[in-house]
Amino acid sequence: MKTEEAIIYSYGFATIASAIPAYSKRGDIVFADRAACFAIQKGLQASRSDIKLFKHNDMADLERLLKEQEIEDQKNPRKARVTRRFIVAEGLYVNTGAICPLPELVKLKYKYKARIFLEESLSFGVLGEHGRGVTEHFGINIDDIDLISANMENSLASIGGFCCGRSFVIDHQRLSGQGYCFSASLPPLLAAAAIEALNIMEENPGLFAVLKEKCKRIHKALQGISGLKVVGESFSPALHLQLEESTGSREKDIKLLQEIVNQCMSRSIALTQARYLEKEEKCLPPPSIRVVVTVEQTEEELERAAATIKEVAQAVLL
Amino acid sequence: MLVAVLTYVGYGVLTLFGYLRDFLRHLRIEKCHRATEREEQKDFVSLYQDFENFYTRNLYMRIRDNWNRPICSVPGARVDIMERQSHDYNWSFKYTGNIIKGVINMGSYNYLGFARNTGACQEAAARVLEQYGVGVCSTRQEIGNLDKHEELEKLVASFLGVEAAMTYGMGFATNSMNIPALVGKGCLILSDELNHASLVLGARLSGATIRIFKHNNMQSLEKLLKDAIVYGQPRTRRPWKKILILVEGIYSMEGSIVRLPEVIALKKKYKAYLYLDEAHSIGALGPTGRGVVDYFGLDPEDVDVMMGTFTKSFGASGGYIGGKKELIDYLRTHSHSAVYATSLSPPVVEQIVTSMKCIMGQDGTTLGKECIQQLAENTRYFRRRLKEMGFIIYGNEDSPVVPLMLYMPAKIGAFGREMLKRNIGVVVVGFPATPIIESRARFCLSAAHTREILDTALKEIDEVGDLLQLKYSRHRLVPLLDRPFDETTYEETED
Repeated sequence: MKTEEAIIYSYGFATIASAIPAYSKRGDIVFADRAACFAIQKGLQASRSDIKLFKHNDMADLERLLKEQEIEDQKNPRKARVTRRFIVAEGLYVNTGAICPLPELVKLKYKYKARIFLEESLSFGVLGEHGRGVTEHFGINIDDIDLISANMENSLASIGGFCCGRSFVIDHQRLSGQGYCFSASLPPLLAAAAIEALNIMEENPGLFAVLKEKCKRIHKALQGISGLKVVGESFSPALHLQLEESTGSREKDIKLLQEIVNQCMSRSIALTQARYLEKEEKCLPPPSIRVVVTVEQTEEELERAAATIKEVAQAVLL
Repeated sequence: MLVAVLTYVGYGVLTLFGYLRDFLRHLRIEKCHRATEREEQKDFVSLYQDFENFYTRNLYMRIRDNWNRPICSVPGARVDIMERQSHDYNWSFKYTGNIIKGVINMGSYNYLGFARNTGACQEAAARVLEQYGVGVCSTRQEIGNLDKHEELEKLVASFLGVEAAMTYGMGFATNSMNIPALVGKGCLILSDELNHASLVLGARLSGATIRIFKHNNMQSLEKLLKDAIVYGQPRTRRPWKKILILVEGIYSMEGSIVRLPEVIALKKKYKAYLYLDEAHSIGALGPTGRGVVDYFGLDPEDVDVMMGTFTKSFGASGGYIGGKKELIDYLRTHSHSAVYATSLSPPVVEQIVTSMKCIMGQDGTTLGKECIQQLAENTRYFRRRLKEMGFIIYGNEDSPVVPLMLYMPAKIGAFGREMLKRNIGVVVVGFPATPIIESRARFCLSAAHTREILDTALKEIDEVGDLLQLKYSRHRLVPLLDRPFDETTYEETED
């Protein structure tokens, strides 16, 4: 990732959930996106800071919140000098497949003096010329981001997670990251698997262009289904298929989608519904089917998958 | 008494020096080796407050070479450590390229000796690796539920003697994600003073009210239970929805074993639920290795939630929860980990399955039984010899975790370094994992240690103890914590 230092955790969920409370304590302010994943929400809850949510990917909303905070600060400058401010965002959002507008975030960071924590679980190994994530994709200096956290369970197909950034930031976690100090370390087998995967990524940068192609193809192929709409960027490997018109109750939606999934399964296409804990999420996303693409799938397989999903959807929804 | 005073004096001197150094660094007389903030971000609110890092900068940095030592072999009875050198007082380390071979390992949680790279477990894991690969890439509720996981869960349930069990990818995460699923607002959690950070985090995330009782002190627990039932919730006086008692089997910093029969009696009397965290005790205690319930000869059905980890005795990673079938079914749908976190990796699952079968004796050999007996013998022998030598040891007679008290800050560093010079690797712990004047060295015994290894280690500990004057037991310090079963043995060493 071309950063100064990185720290490894033995579980992907624990990575971001331990990193946020290590820096942000009671009395600090965190601006987080509404569609942040559950691990981020738990990290925010454990940190006991003030959390301000801004609308998903809406930079104007974030600016509004930051401005309000600035006005508050001017009323009480002594307190403002000790309250730290953080912005937590994801590179590619797991819940919606959208990409965060990183250049604007960096501009806001310098304007309002807040630090950025970026969660790149989905975009690490996917975006950018060499797979270095959303910073490479937009061509931003990686030192501008204070902390990048990712889990190795998506692209590297191992278990665990890492945080990388400047030594100034990362070294603190060695004594105060709960998931690092109070937990067992990663088994050498899984660490070796991750190292091999990283070596493969470095040797074949052509992989990422191929992956992008396939993502675009699937995205286009799934566009025309009546009754289902595709949510997500065209280069995101995980997209969601949501019902165009919801039937009104969440349970019925889930049942319909489950029908589609079951029928696809019987025609040997494995899909899954995106699962959420309904009572615990702060902002519950609508029910959807998650479609994930791999580099190993061939063109015919992708075409067949898209065609099957189309048929099944038409059969079930009409 | 003298020791306590000297310890405070030691910390006082270090603090003074710390302030002096900080002052010099501020005046730029002394070079600041720490990483600093970026130039562009100098006018941001500082990320760390100066005082938070005072301890880290001035005390921890001096003896930092005792922690995070990289090892490069299997952490069995002997281990290879990579040698490091620091030319700027521990601010940065360089590898010299040497490897210190054959260091006696008294620090790994390898209670039954399953941390090996040869043998049945390793072959089975290699086979599964070829078949299933390493990563699972999905959560339990989505596409991550392998048949291996189902097999493991049935095995764990039969091992513990409960109806059903569920496994998770990380021990820490098991606690912090399932306690919130079981209790919520309006419930009461009674947790022991010295509970592990994962239990504390899980209790905090759940939103329930937390009350703390003194370590292993049944009167304190009973008083809290009585108050809870009589007075109810703080403002509304309504009865609590659930009362959950959080205890651990063996406390890793103290080495003490929970007073399980009394806790169960209290639980039944006041109708509360019991959550037992057996991270260190599963596999290590009991005549058949089934943990603290087996050690006391009690019925596993009495404990409502039995939680444990596979990291210590089974040589793998991950955690589990066992209990009644309704409980586990509820957790399958409502646990945060089942929905959002990935499941165990297949070779790790195979390692657990093989080692568990070995302990239960199902693989046809008596290797499991021998290991358990060897561990029990090692524990008793080691503790007896250390007490005879005159060290202060905390904890129960039968617990394989042996904390040896060091007290003074300088001795923490000195003990660690002296032991490494003599080829023994130990873990030393200080503030903030322990109270500030009670720093200790912690030995973890293992079935892989033979009598000769233990004798060598004991000889070296004896020498270092004389060198550093660690044999405190003449001073007859009144134990600050209630130690259940060894008041009688203190009389023996008092001569």
